[in-house]
Amino acid sequence: MKEITCKLLVIGAGPGGYVCAIRAGQLGVDTVIVEAQKPGGTCLNIGCIPSKALIHAADEFEKAVHLAAGGSPLGISASAPALNLAKTISWKDGIVGRLTGGVAGLLKKARVKYVQGWAKFRDGKTVEVETETGTQVIKAEVIVIATGSVPVELPFLPFGGNVISSTGALALTEVPQQLAVVGGGYIGLELGTAFAKMGSKVTIVEALPRLLATYDSDLVKPVVKRLGELGVTVMTSAKARSLSSRRDALLVEDADSKDHKISADKVLVTVGRKPLTEGWGLDEIDLDMNGRFVKIDDQCRTSMRGVYAIGDVTGEPMLAHRAMAQGEMVAEIVAGQKRIWDKRVIPAICFTDPEVVSAGLTPEEAKAVTSELMIGQFPFMANGRAMSKLAEDGFVRVVARADNHVVLGIQAVGTGVSELSAAFGLAIEMGARLEDIAGTIHSHPTQGEAFQEAALKALGHALHI
Amino acid sequence: MGEHVIKLPDVGEGVAEAELVEWHVKVGDLVREDTVLAAVMTDKATVEIPSPVDGKVIWLGAEVGDTVAIGSAIVRLEVAGDGNVKAGGAPSVPKPEAAKEPVAKPEPKREAKPEVLKQTPPPKAAIGLATTGAPRPEGDKPLASPAVRQRAREAGVDLRQVTGSGPAGRISHEDLEAFIARGPQQAARGGGLVADNSVQDIKVVGLRRKIAEKMSLAKSRIPHITYVEEVDVTALEDLRASLNKSKRADQPKLTMLPFLMRAMVKAISEQPQLNSIFDDDAGVIHQYGAVNIGMAAQTSNGLVVAVIKHAEARDLWDCAAEVNRLADAAKSGTATREELSGSTITITSLGAMGGIATTPVINYPEVAIVGVNKMMIRPMWDGASFIPRKIMNLSSSFDHRVIDGWDAAVFVQRIKALMETPATIFID
Repeated sequence: MKEITCKLLVIGAGPGGYVCAIRAGQLGVDTVIVEAQKPGGTCLNIGCIPSKALIHAADEFEKAVHLAAGGSPLGISASAPALNLAKTISWKDGIVGRLTGGVAGLLKKARVKYVQGWAKFRDGKTVEVETETGTQVIKAEVIVIATGSVPVELPFLPFGGNVISSTGALALTEVPQQLAVVGGGYIGLELGTAFAKMGSKVTIVEALPRLLATYDSDLVKPVVKRLGELGVTVMTSAKARSLSSRRDALLVEDADSKDHKISADKVLVTVGRKPLTEGWGLDEIDLDMNGRFVKIDDQCRTSMRGVYAIGDVTGEPMLAHRAMAQGEMVAEIVAGQKRIWDKRVIPAICFTDPEVVSAGLTPEEAKAVTSELMIGQFPFMANGRAMSKLAEDGFVRVVARADNHVVLGIQAVGTGVSELSAAFGLAIEMGARLEDIAGTIHSHPTQGEAFQEAALKALGHALHI
Repeated sequence: MGEHVIKLPDVGEGVAEAELVEWHVKVGDLVREDTVLAAVMTDKATVEIPSPVDGKVIWLGAEVGDTVAIGSAIVRLEVAGDGNVKAGGAPSVPKPEAAKEPVAKPEPKREAKPEVLKQTPPPKAAIGLATTGAPRPEGDKPLASPAVRQRAREAGVDLRQVTGSGPAGRISHEDLEAFIARGPQQAARGGGLVADNSVQDIKVVGLRRKIAEKMSLAKSRIPHITYVEEVDVTALEDLRASLNKSKRADQPKLTMLPFLMRAMVKAISEQPQLNSIFDDDAGVIHQYGAVNIGMAAQTSNGLVVAVIKHAEARDLWDCAAEVNRLADAAKSGTATREELSGSTITITSLGAMGGIATTPVINYPEVAIVGVNKMMIRPMWDGASFIPRKIMNLSSSFDHRVIDGWDAAVFVQRIKALMETPATIFID
């Protein structure tokens, strides 16, 4: 097969890789992208997008169940709904198909050459791609590693059979009657909640003393409360041991070293993700590592000249929007522009029920920066829009420096707060002070008013509480 | 209505006169008690003169750049009530006596034994006049929107150097534009080359004038002999790196300077005449026991000399800590007069700009100054091959009236030997 020579080669067409390739293409850089599976990576195919589709379907179903139960204060009654998960999944696959097709189209429009296959470094300038029709050699001036990450597998609960990863959970065509979720991080909680809403009896087994351990307990409390309402059993400080001998239950040791047998027709293991550093020839180019991750500098350069790395393979937080921003930056650097990673904030969201958003520093983290803080927290209980949609649980919290009122962090928990992350991120990235947020008119009636009120509260004069 | 005369107060021990460097008021201004009227400069520190009463300025007794004797009237205020001048307005206070000679002749008397850091800070000592905005504290990220950051990057501007006019020091597009417009990186040239016939008159006042006087005095009175020698600091650098690696958290990071100071202390113990003040008017050499090492430091307004007192009684770490403390104080303008005077020998260094050799000017009336040049890796012949060694030159000047060339050479060679075998610095 004829050797391809190009200026830029991107390995992996996930959100980091495809954004990098599109931007490079826009800038007139001769670009090739290699992908072993479908364009869009984990995010579009087996992560962010399909899980949100499933969560939405579960929400709608649960609402109908709630109405049918007759307890709704809205005065609506309905008959018992039915769920055809196979149909839900095919609807979800349709969305994924449209999006991945869209990415392929965008790459084409940007004149990026797409090569389907598994890439492996031969040296720092040369990659061999195993394609269906043979080995394709690609030589590039610059190579971007965007290989992403994969779910962590537990040695005593290997994936297969009844033990599934998030990928497997998003492809189930029948709702499991009993679902055990190992790992109470955001992926486990998002999927566990969705299946609970679709009718599964869900048990969440978390090794740490509390769920969503990276968020503070104030933020997590409304989520835990809602899990209880949905009938989810939460076991914290508990260790999953193995499947039972008949493979129809999960053996768990609780905090008091007592053994439990949790019946489960499916066991979903969501104990985190690890960078994909194997199989693409990392050994051939011998890059410096930062723990499990490929080490990068503030321009995403690896230890080898002309080799960049972006996205999950480079470290935490493993989030699609971080990868996209890195991809865009690297493309512009390759095109000769002056760029450096100077972002102030990478917001993170848990699409749990209610949703959790964290942008910037939590009060605890902010204390490490400055001892003098101003913190304002406004509850949705006092927000008209939240009341009118039965979403009174949760709050918005703003953390600022006391000396100059510059906002360091914004967190929220509540129904639909994921959309507020745009405002949170913009405020911090622009270097807003409390007065900037307090002085911006927020539309009424919206949940966003709670953001303005939290800033006012920090300044000592919230109006609606 | 009465008249209140304000005289130049005693602004520091042993100071007979001060130079007026800035007026903060003009005739006709209304002032309140504590309003700053003027800034005067003594030896090395700038002192602000506050008004003791409320009133209206009716007379200013000096111009910027004038040297004014302590006790002379400098301002007259019209005040409610009687004031401090007899009613009837007797021919008021004589014009301030401008000091007889503009050149500060009477050197502040040096005591035989410099006193141990007695702190009597003068009222509101502040080096540096009103400048444009305080620099951002180190380590603080500049506050600017992503668009401003990107424009700055493309224009090659380091935002840490841009003063933000917005709340909390936020840098706006306008701040950035203003910075670029006046920045040196902007070669604001139109089409062709144009002859520039303008002459700008810059009055030499304040610290700059002090430096000018001191330099003329040193160069006109002292016949300098300058001696340059190279020092192989490879072993010293290894030692320094290893000490820095194993140092305790509370210990300062070691630079080359404390090692040089300790080496000088050792060399001076063998040649005490180098650690002297030559009172050439009286024809007396005051040879000191205390090794008070002046450290020339560049500040935003010019050169000042911070003094590490009693280096002979400080160990390596102590020297390093004191160097750091004084350097910070000198740069931030908080150094006291005591911390800026009383040296018996001086070190001068241009750091990374140090060049190959310099001809240091002696800090009059001292008799020796040691100049540190830039350390560079140079190929040295070890008898069989060239090997890379870390070499640093010392350029030192001596007062040839009282120090013979031979003694100067012995002194520098002794320092060289100590620094090349650094263990000997620490062995008595």
